[in-house]
Amino acid sequence: MEPLLWLLFSGGGMAAALLIPILLVLFGLALPLGWLSPDHAHLHAVVTNPLTRLVLLGLSVLALFHAAHRLRYTIVDGLQLKRLAPASDAVCYGGALAGSAVAAYLLVFAY
Amino acid sequence: MTGPTGYTEFRQRLYRPRVPLLWWLRQRSYLVFVVRELSSVAVGWSVVFLLLAARSIMRGPDAYRQFLEWGARPWMVLINLIALAFVVFHAVTWFNLAPRAIVVNLRGRRLPAGVVAGVHFGAWVVASAIVAWLVVG
Repeated sequence: MEPLLWLLFSGGGMAAALLIPILLVLFGLALPLGWLSPDHAHLHAVVTNPLTRLVLLGLSVLALFHAAHRLRYTIVDGLQLKRLAPASDAVCYGGALAGSAVAAYLLVFAY
Repeated sequence: MTGPTGYTEFRQRLYRPRVPLLWWLRQRSYLVFVVRELSSVAVGWSVVFLLLAARSIMRGPDAYRQFLEWGARPWMVLINLIALAFVVFHAVTWFNLAPRAIVVNLRGRRLPAGVVAGVHFGAWVVASAIVAWLVVG
């Protein structure tokens, strides 16, 4: 189990580092604040492209497990809450699993 | 009470070094470590936010316009600015760490750390340019 989680952690760290900053600059700042305004039809075509869906799903799953892994160790070691390790595992990895399921539903089945 | 090691539970309790809760404020390097670990919260938030963006785009022009209005609220901009700072911090520390995790041997000699990190920063620029080009069109 540990090697698998480690693989998800490093893959997620890489995917998050490469893609999240630019995506957050665009969708968190540039588009809402009107610095750039690509039209909806174009964005729709890009997002619904199967390759985009696959990349977004991969990014979501990997990044969520990466975050879960780090948060787990922050809680257990950083905050000295070793007693809470089982609960923190359940919340962190369970949250990543649930988030992945939501992402899969949204990107593959919903639209 | 004796455990499998033969030590009493009592004796184990005699020596337990206490680590203060705020141990990570004592040194700059500890603080950097904890800030880097906390970037996980920003990564989690970013995934949720980006999925909401994707959903609004897939739902149609009205949903997308609502998403933009929501994203333009001052507190949302503030949250995303903070998240961005953490995510960029994650990216920079991650790429700087890469040479320690990835050992590339070329003709029997280890590739210098600067080259391995440089390749990662280069890949970051290329990936960002591709995403920006795809989104802006």
